[in-house]
Amino acid sequence: MRLSPTTLFAWPKSLPKVGTGPSRDVPEVENGKGTLGTLLLRPEAGGLISACAVFTLFAFLAGDKGFLSQTGTADWLNTASQLGIVALPVGFLMVAGEFDLSVGSVVGMTSIIVATCYGYYSLSPWIGIVIAIAVGAGIGLLNGVITVATKLPSFIVTLGMMLIVEGGAIGISNALTNSSSISLSAAGPSRVLFASSWGSFDVSLVWWVVLAAVATYVLQRTRFGNWAFATGGDLKTARLAGVPTNRVKVSLFVCSSLGAVLVGIIETLSFNNGDVTLGSSYVFTAIAAAVIGGVLLSGGYGTMLGTAFGAITYGIASMGVFFLGWDADLTDLFVGLFLLLAMLANNRLRIVALGQR
Amino acid sequence: MMTETRSVSQGGASCVMELVGISKDYRGMAALKGVSLSLLSGRILCLLGENGAGKSTLIKLITGVERLSGGSILVDAEPVHFDSPRSARQRGISTVYQEVGTLPLMSVARNFVLGAEPTRGRGLARRVDFAEASRIATETMSQLGIRREIDGKQLVGTLSGGERQALAIMRAVYFGARVLVLDEPTAALGIRESALVLELLLRVKEQGVAVLFVTHNAYHAAAVGDQFVVLRRGEVIADFGRDAETVDKIMQLMAGGDELSQFAMLANERLQ
Repeated sequence: MRLSPTTLFAWPKSLPKVGTGPSRDVPEVENGKGTLGTLLLRPEAGGLISACAVFTLFAFLAGDKGFLSQTGTADWLNTASQLGIVALPVGFLMVAGEFDLSVGSVVGMTSIIVATCYGYYSLSPWIGIVIAIAVGAGIGLLNGVITVATKLPSFIVTLGMMLIVEGGAIGISNALTNSSSISLSAAGPSRVLFASSWGSFDVSLVWWVVLAAVATYVLQRTRFGNWAFATGGDLKTARLAGVPTNRVKVSLFVCSSLGAVLVGIIETLSFNNGDVTLGSSYVFTAIAAAVIGGVLLSGGYGTMLGTAFGAITYGIASMGVFFLGWDADLTDLFVGLFLLLAMLANNRLRIVALGQR
Repeated sequence: MMTETRSVSQGGASCVMELVGISKDYRGMAALKGVSLSLLSGRILCLLGENGAGKSTLIKLITGVERLSGGSILVDAEPVHFDSPRSARQRGISTVYQEVGTLPLMSVARNFVLGAEPTRGRGLARRVDFAEASRIATETMSQLGIRREIDGKQLVGTLSGGERQALAIMRAVYFGARVLVLDEPTAALGIRESALVLELLLRVKEQGVAVLFVTHNAYHAAAVGDQFVVLRRGEVIADFGRDAETVDKIMQLMAGGDELSQFAMLANERLQ
């Protein structure tokens, strides 16, 4: 005797209709654009709030000490732009799930290369710039290839690279010039391109805005951007979908090094001085800017606009402290505070964004 | 009544992939011993077995993750040698794993088209056509019977586990899977969520895809399967069509044991 399959296979005769009603309490994502709710759910919301908060604080404390003047505004914007240029590709790389701690020493190395060629040997500035770009790209390539090939955490790989580059730059600089600080006097087209200013506003602002626009376009609109999100979100899933995750990572390591090279060139030609220690503060401030701006430390989430707000937060805090006449080290206190607050806020926002409240 | 399920199904469906006596040894330990089965277009073959029965090994062999120790794999009646997951994918063999498959912090549309994004423009202006991606995603979802309104811009993390699993399956079907290998797609899901995935499998089957549904849940297998293969210690201990066995017996077959091995003999007898 054979029973009917439905009684044998103790399974409901008709399956519950698919998709009728939410299978669990999933809050509907608001579709209304421009509402406060959707604005707060954007990844860059944390960065925007941090920047506004720190601006309000210093406008209140240091508004009468020049913080709100045109020069004061230019000062924090200039500071933000230099950090911002480093932070953009670092944030992009973090979206793809990797760190780059070597950017700070690449700034110093670039500075030494440009100053040695231009200031010490009196060569064309372009020779130093081209060499710095080539060396920077090589360092990024090496960071990427080592990380991808060994599967070691990029935190360690680039920490090692940071020390290697730093030591190498000091060694070469001392060997060639007997000094780790070389002066020069920038002039001509290279100065216009990298170190000119209108009033108190530096040309680095233009670089920053243009690069932020390009990075936003690439991250949000192109296939490469989609691949970067996926690579950082879940490496295995991305690979299974056919994303060339290694290529994505290596190219982003090269970009983060090149961002540091650009800032190295800008600062060296602006200060008329090449110094190995230039940019050493960027090691962690670039990552801090990205995190304050909503880039997820574990990758797969974040925006370039947020990263820019993170850099603005740093710029405002450092210049605000300067105008107050406080010890410059207090800048770090503020940045650190905002970093922690941003981490907490971003975690919270992401949970809300995913409806897991 | 479909008593001779095999011949009936073969009459209406073509064989997309056939495994002929495949085996796999790990350092002399046989994980899979001479397993043969056929995956037919528009049919769901359920591969059942307890943990360690060789289900995962079989998946790894047919998706190119590992190499055969013996036997052969035929796709469209010609022998193939997969040396990487990519080479298996190129022959239309897609795998959806239980844990991986979607990215929670990316939108439904971004997830859906990942790796094969539709683009507009040329050169530097070449960008992802998100309107098209969203259309593809929502259209495929409604075609395959997901009736809940899902916005292409919605983060995948806001979907339920079953919907996420469904999204991964629909993705594979949209990108031309001919053989869909599902590794325990319902293992982590509740009843309603499982039902969503199982109903989707029936739709996928209607589209002519050959489905290999790997599970240790006999009820889920029974709900959608056309053919059932039970593995135990690397060997096929039962191979039968729909209506030939009961869920209880399937479970006994899977579990094994002295008393239960009688059922294995019984099952084999009835099929011969």
